[in-house]
Amino acid sequence: MMRRFFLIAVPYAWLLALFLVPFIIVLKISLSDTALAIPPYVPTVEWGQVREFLSQLDFENFVWLTQDDLYWKAYLSSVQIALLSTLMTLAIGYPVAYAMARAPEEWRATLMMLVILPFWTSFLIRVYAWMGILSNEGFLNQFLMWTGIISAPLTILNTNAAVYIGIVYAYLPFMILPIYATLDRMDASLIEAAEDLGCSRVSAFWLVTVPLSRNGIIAGCFLVFIPALGEFVIPSLLGGSRTLMIGKVLWEEFFNNRDWPVASAVAVILLLILIIPIVLFQRNQQKQAEAEP
Amino acid sequence: MMRLSWFNIVSLTLGFAFLYLPILILVIFSFNESKLVTVWAGFSTRWYGELLQNEAFLNAAWVTLKVAVFSSTLATVLGTMAAYVIVRAGRFPGRTLFSGMIYAPLVMPEVITGLSLLLLFIGIGLDRGVLTIVLAHTTFSMCYVSVVVSSRLVTFDRSLEEAALDLGCSPFEAFRLVTLPIIAPAVIAGWLLAFTLSLDDLVIASFTAGPSSTTLPIKIFSAVRLGVSPEINALSSILIAIVTVGVITASLVTKRNALRQKHEEQAAARAQ
Repeated sequence: MMRRFFLIAVPYAWLLALFLVPFIIVLKISLSDTALAIPPYVPTVEWGQVREFLSQLDFENFVWLTQDDLYWKAYLSSVQIALLSTLMTLAIGYPVAYAMARAPEEWRATLMMLVILPFWTSFLIRVYAWMGILSNEGFLNQFLMWTGIISAPLTILNTNAAVYIGIVYAYLPFMILPIYATLDRMDASLIEAAEDLGCSRVSAFWLVTVPLSRNGIIAGCFLVFIPALGEFVIPSLLGGSRTLMIGKVLWEEFFNNRDWPVASAVAVILLLILIIPIVLFQRNQQKQAEAEP
Repeated sequence: MMRLSWFNIVSLTLGFAFLYLPILILVIFSFNESKLVTVWAGFSTRWYGELLQNEAFLNAAWVTLKVAVFSSTLATVLGTMAAYVIVRAGRFPGRTLFSGMIYAPLVMPEVITGLSLLLLFIGIGLDRGVLTIVLAHTTFSMCYVSVVVSSRLVTFDRSLEEAALDLGCSPFEAFRLVTLPIIAPAVIAGWLLAFTLSLDDLVIASFTAGPSSTTLPIKIFSAVRLGVSPEINALSSILIAIVTVGVITASLVTKRNALRQKHEEQAAARAQ
């Protein structure tokens, strides 16, 4: 009995102290006034004084967020960038996953490893690799000018286009793997049956393969969308000064403006936006787990 | 087996070219003689030499390694315990909160995790340094470890453990002699995952590091913000090489173990 208590208590206490409590502090600070002293916040809430807590709740920072255009635009453009890049990742990832599932059996383990390998390689380095490719005198522009497609270099680095490329590139394995997993399990005789019954190959694909890989598509989309929404490294290295993403705004609010309460309020709202896709994702995973024997 | 259609061959080629060309270009240009990263001026290992002289990078590498070793080891212990709790402990008060806290860090944006931990450390007056980064990394990577280990524990045959207990093992001995060797591949995979996550992390480390404890990603990030540099290319290439060798070795070892296990099972079946 003692042993069981110990087994539960140690990781439980760790997570409470280093995950839940910090988060409550963020909530608390997001409801505090800014002061110039360091730490730059005045706690308006004292622990244990619930009545006082409620009377002193200070939504000033949230009101401030709604009044300043910057934050609205940052939230909206984060959602837009994350959504569009998720769709682009799907468009690129699906054919790759499909081809992997159709590849000869003995290749598949190697192909799987080739997809996973970039995931183990530093994220920062993979994003950095694109800086040299996309810059004005970079590899891509040199190549395009060499082929004669363009005569003057394109400006891609430090624009939103570079951010899209970066997100698609960095998160592609997350899209390919779940889709491949569902396609790999699919019974190939279903396609044969559809073709025997008069479907063309294209309509068999749309009517049989795609619906059967739905769970993989949904899982892949969430796995790309959720981290892309709060992304910081990609917009700050590949994006320009006009690229607005909420992760970058939070970072700048905290490190450059040293405005902790506003940074905390930005974090709280980002989390509120994320709760919807996270809950949907969990449901989808649970449904899938229950569907399997 | 059906043959690949031309469409599938094209998508595989383009897909993998997209995944690997940027890394390949980065590695090639790390051997460039010129300071200008985009113009090829002949083969040279000069940037690797300069990297080894750069004390700031070497110090950062040492801090990163220390943080990664401590945090991944701690995370493996805590994550394995957490996996046990999730799979085995049954009902206990606060179970929902517990599994919520295990899964939430997996989807939590890094900026939020980093910010919240920093505010905690300041709140309790803990000076930022190696210790705070280790605490932060352990917290998020233990969740990854517990996911990896619990997926193995679910398929584990409990009767083996019960047999050991019946034969007079103490619960701890049963764990050490029976359970641990069986779940070992998952525990090792979890450790490796925690180790790489810690090596890679920029955002959480930036929030929780003090001025004297700069990690390699923080160093790389501040250098890279100013533009592409051949030294960073060289450093990146070294890191890529280490990871590639590590991953390929690990997968070969697992493959060999799986084969050996299969042979042993077949031999046991024949002996019966």
